[in-house]
Amino acid sequence: MVITAAAMPTATAQDSLLKVEDLSISYGDKTALSGVNFEVRRNEIFGIIGPANSGKTSFLRALNRMDEFQHRMSVSGRITFAGRDVSSIRNLYALRRMIGVVFPLPVGLPLSIYDNVALSPRLRGVRTKSKLDAIVERCLTRAALWDEVKDRLKSLGSLLSGGQQQRLTIARALSQDPELLLLDEFSIAVDPVTTMRIEEVLKGLRDEMTIVLVTNLVQQARRLADRTAFFLAGECVEVDQTEALFRGAKDQRTRDYLEGRFG
Amino acid sequence: MTSIESPEAFDGHASVFAPSANERKALSVQQLLKLGFLAVTLLLLIPAAAILGVLVWEGAPGLTWEFLTTKPTDNGAAGGISTALVGTVWMTGVALACSLPLGVAAAIYLSEYARDNWLTRTINIAIVNLAGVPSIVHALFGIGAFVYFLQFGKSVLAAGCTLAVMTLPVVIVSTRESLQAVPQAFRDACWNMGATRWQTIWKIVLPNSGSGILTGLILVVCRAVGETAPIMFTGAVFFRQFYPSGLFDKSMALSYHLFSVSTHVKGVPAHIPFTVALTLILVVLSMNAVAIYFRMKLRGSKKW
Amino acid sequence: MKNKSTVTPAPRPELATSGRDAWADALDRRDRAWCLDLAARLLVLIGGVSAILFIGAIFLFITTEGLDFMLNRMEFGSLLFGSRWEPTVEPPEYGAFPLIMGTLWITAVAMIIGVPLAFAAAVYVGEFARGRQREWLKIGIEVLAAIPSVVWGVIGLYVMAPLIKSTFNVQIGLNVLNAGVILGLMAAPIIATIAEDALKAVPESYREAAESLGATRWQVIWKVVLPHARPGLSAAVLLGVGRAFGETIAVLMASGHRLMAPEGVFDSAATLTATIAAELGEAAVGSDHYQVLFVLGLLLFLITFSVNLIADRIVRGRKAAK
Repeated sequence: MVITAAAMPTATAQDSLLKVEDLSISYGDKTALSGVNFEVRRNEIFGIIGPANSGKTSFLRALNRMDEFQHRMSVSGRITFAGRDVSSIRNLYALRRMIGVVFPLPVGLPLSIYDNVALSPRLRGVRTKSKLDAIVERCLTRAALWDEVKDRLKSLGSLLSGGQQQRLTIARALSQDPELLLLDEFSIAVDPVTTMRIEEVLKGLRDEMTIVLVTNLVQQARRLADRTAFFLAGECVEVDQTEALFRGAKDQRTRDYLEGRFG
Repeated sequence: MTSIESPEAFDGHASVFAPSANERKALSVQQLLKLGFLAVTLLLLIPAAAILGVLVWEGAPGLTWEFLTTKPTDNGAAGGISTALVGTVWMTGVALACSLPLGVAAAIYLSEYARDNWLTRTINIAIVNLAGVPSIVHALFGIGAFVYFLQFGKSVLAAGCTLAVMTLPVVIVSTRESLQAVPQAFRDACWNMGATRWQTIWKIVLPNSGSGILTGLILVVCRAVGETAPIMFTGAVFFRQFYPSGLFDKSMALSYHLFSVSTHVKGVPAHIPFTVALTLILVVLSMNAVAIYFRMKLRGSKKW
Repeated sequence: MKNKSTVTPAPRPELATSGRDAWADALDRRDRAWCLDLAARLLVLIGGVSAILFIGAIFLFITTEGLDFMLNRMEFGSLLFGSRWEPTVEPPEYGAFPLIMGTLWITAVAMIIGVPLAFAAAVYVGEFARGRQREWLKIGIEVLAAIPSVVWGVIGLYVMAPLIKSTFNVQIGLNVLNAGVILGLMAAPIIATIAEDALKAVPESYREAAESLGATRWQVIWKVVLPHARPGLSAAVLLGVGRAFGETIAVLMASGHRLMAPEGVFDSAATLTATIAAELGEAAVGSDHYQVLFVLGLLLFLITFSVNLIADRIVRGRKAAK
């Protein structure tokens, strides 16, 4: 039985930032997702949990239309972002600018740390040095990286350590000033203490943006997410308020996963 | 299979690990073969050294600053080679101006945009073939296309364009290599941020492909300076007292001048061909040295 | 981290007012970056197809310059097999057989000299040499490749010719042997480079398997590496032939340029390429002589095109088979 957001008290159109209807993704003859339905509300932290290969990453790729670069990826169904069907958007770059993505694998671009974080503002047209300085400092601070690099902003971002590069990636995503922040298992490359700091920051970001957090650490979802979805083998099994999900999930598979019986 | 002691070391009993007579024979055959191959390899390279030696020996005495900066006289048999040097610079400049932008664009297409389809395959075949066309055929093309069809006439422009077509493959191949060496993860990160393909290329991919473009540039210069046939009928003349007055003017050129003084100009002192050849070789080799220097330097500074 | 910065976020021009219309607008407006991207895509596509355009153009121009002669007055058989190349007498004879034979003789000598040297170098540099020795050898091969053809021609004229005359006691030093040796040395670097790539492409696992069975270095090379690399080595030889076939200036200067088929390596000869170069300047534009030279050029183009195509097929056939 699939519990969807439709069974919840109906959210108004104003509240919904992202609406997924009957989404299916396949690579050639391999299906990654089938018949997924749910909705993400503005200014909430929406968690997605589930074991590996359950389609979570494919979903993120379809969201910001990165399927444009993957020729074997076919997407059917409907994703509505801010009231617009993403498949009919003409300027995909504008869409992607509004969505910040953090991958599991850290990527420090071969530019200076400053230029790494200033890249997105510059692409948006921000030229004034003082404004750029402020953006760089704020994003690096929020990514819990400022203290470590503030004296060497000119050094190459691609030569930082793995954990630092991951925080740099988060800073870059924040520098986009996005409407939607997508985090795909961001804490894999980061140590636990830094993960905690970033989680604190994420909680505070709720006022400014909507966050979708894909994680394989169920406790992280419990700490951060307002609502959580459980994905299994390409299917969205259940969506509910996080506490409700953890205390008593309606689907047996969800309960099994949360109790660690598989995963 | 190496032994550390002779078979007799152990009180006359042969060590288990000492090579048997057969193995020792195989080993020494090994050594011989290795030395043989080295000898043959050196046989290939000795002529290069010998040529340089001869050129320096016979040509160096005439290689003075005066020689390089005075104009030739007496149909090229006397005086210096300044007009030829300037002409070569002009033609090389035209060749670079035409082949670099086009070649880099083609490399960007092949590396960043092209999919694995018939168009890409055809382009690759065309590049390989363009590189293999005989230089005299390039000259024939240059005559038909640039001298007559586009009506450049016999000129520095026509010669330079002919050289550009000849050296295009070299730019494409070396630029493409360095573009493809940039990790895909950088492009993905930029695309996810909403940067357009071109913005990604401009800000990340191209700046990190400088070595390939530089190599291409140096190779173009080397070929343009050294080639004779393509410019013989498209713009180079064997004697001119003046520097080229513009792109549509004919000119002397270093490589063609060497050909002239070695073959059909009368009354040339014996050392002149060697001196001109030495000049030519020095230009080419110093460019190659620059390329090798940059290659080694870039290997040290890794950016990721 | 409770570091609260009071600087407001950079204003986003595309979302000046809230509301669905402003959003929709931003997502559909084709801004400057979008247009620039499209323009860039078109420009690089033009660059990409330029190689095809040029090859096509070469074929086109060469064919059209000689078209009149080809269609109306040429007999293909007498062009290829006629034994007299006398374009300047009346009536002119355009038999290219001596030129073809000259080309074949000189190319053959070049390959006999160049291929063993190149293969030996490829084997040594690829399999035996290490570290700095390898670096220096590779630089040496690059230097050899960088010598311009006109310089080779000068060497042929002033160094090789006297050398041949005195060593073999012949009258003329500008002959097939002279041009062949020089061409062999010119083609060797290309052959060596491609052969080295072919040897490098043999998987390490093959070598390790043979060595674990007790084979010596040499046996591994002879029985495992070389056979496996045979397609790549054939491609290397083919490309070397193409190079030798197409060389113009060095051959013109070193071969003696005698317009009769050679009968021995000490005979002077003339190649197709050198003949075109020697006579193009004298032939009146548009005349029969002029057009025949273009026809010869077309012949050269087609031969080298085929050789390159076959070599490319071989190399890619190998890659596909992997």
